[in-house]
Amino acid sequence: MSDAPARAMIEVSDVWKAFGPLQVLKGISLEVPKGSVVALIGPSGSGKSTLLRCINLLELPDRGRVRVGDQLIDCAQGRLPRDRALASFRARTGMVFQLFNLFPHMTALENVSAGPLFVKKWRAQEAKAAAMELLAKVGLIDKADAYPSHLSGGQRQRVAIARALAMSPEVILFDEVTSALDPELVGEVLDVIRGLAEEGMTMVLVTHEMAFAHELARTVAFMSDGGIVEIGRPEEVMVRPQNPRTRAFLARFHSSARAFAGAAP
Amino acid sequence: MAGITYNWDFSFLWMYRWLLIEGLGFTLLYTLGSIAFGLIIGLLVGLLRLSRNWLLTLPLIAYIEAFRCTPLLVQIIWFYYAFPVLVGIDMPAVVAGMLVLSLYTGAFYAEIFRGGVISIERGQWDAARAIGMRHIEVLRRVILPQAIKRMIPPFLNQSIIQLKNTSLVSTIAVADLLYQGQLITSATYRPLETYTTVAMIYFVILFPLTLFAQGVEHRLQRSD
Repeated sequence: MSDAPARAMIEVSDVWKAFGPLQVLKGISLEVPKGSVVALIGPSGSGKSTLLRCINLLELPDRGRVRVGDQLIDCAQGRLPRDRALASFRARTGMVFQLFNLFPHMTALENVSAGPLFVKKWRAQEAKAAAMELLAKVGLIDKADAYPSHLSGGQRQRVAIARALAMSPEVILFDEVTSALDPELVGEVLDVIRGLAEEGMTMVLVTHEMAFAHELARTVAFMSDGGIVEIGRPEEVMVRPQNPRTRAFLARFHSSARAFAGAAP
Repeated sequence: MAGITYNWDFSFLWMYRWLLIEGLGFTLLYTLGSIAFGLIIGLLVGLLRLSRNWLLTLPLIAYIEAFRCTPLLVQIIWFYYAFPVLVGIDMPAVVAGMLVLSLYTGAFYAEIFRGGVISIERGQWDAARAIGMRHIEVLRRVILPQAIKRMIPPFLNQSIIQLKNTSLVSTIAVADLLYQGQLITSATYRPLETYTTVAMIYFVILFPLTLFAQGVEHRLQRSD
């Protein structure tokens, strides 16, 4: 073990992002230590998803720096990183989306092996073997040859998680991954995410599942109006929020707040 | 009211069968040729048209709209008579005809290709980029395989219409099916039988093709 303080796995410094006249992120900084889970909560339109998309550069910040592992991208005005640099940055930063975004013309297996095959340029045999292993991990080995249209929402999202894992990412970003699911399918997806947390995967979750955020996250950040208003341990931010905006937001989740005590499965 | 009496007699056309067959050959050649050239033009223009660089897209939009929004007949006449005067090169009718037909259908193909690509949800780009694919790889592995499926029905439609479009090159004396019909008419003074026959030849070729296109469309829909 080194004596130096452990460097965060994700480091976002002073990130600004506007869409046209709308300033969505106003100088956000955030650190995520290796192996920890950060939950981003807040009202819709507060910039949570945009921040998440800036971490893997699906949105390029107008200004600011983003570092994941030892890859750093410095965004200055008028200077765009090259396609190749962006691609290799994203290859090590997994992302799972609200609407799954599985490739509909590929089977579950092909979806999962797409990254290793086309990005890492693995041989077909190896890519397939790795993909089968990941499908087994998310409990879908029997659906390997099924197309996304023949899978339930929960199954699709688990395939999407396996697809992200196939790139052996250093971090995984989850963008409201249970919001589009029928309530009875949410559990199976959360179970997979819980399993990853236990393995020590570094994760950032944008979520409306308050009980889940409370249970899993080491840090909760409440965002409002393009900034992080309050950040801390879940007990601090979610149970004893200091900021009036956090309080007002959480009041709407009061029923789930009462369920925190019994949140564990 | 006295009905017009006319003695229909198609038998004389047998004499001109080789002329019609030769005309049909030209028509098919122009159709296939302009589809092939148009495909190359359309693919290039359609994909470049997706660029965000307006210096690149503006001339392409100008080309597409100039050919889509003016009558093909005028384009053919203009390219045969006016264009050579402007640039000072003499273009034989067969070349001018093929050029205009290719540019014309290429403009439509370009919009079909572009439309197919932009019809793919943004989430597909996001997901492909998120696993580290580069732009060209995203297009090749994720976007185009889905987009091509959506392009096929309008592409087949446009190509079927193109067979009829070729008849307009008869105006600059390219010896296609319609032009031969005009020749036969002027020799025999029997336009009714001649043009009816010419129309039937077009129909006999196109009708099965439209059925085929419909079949393809149904099969693509079912595989979604």
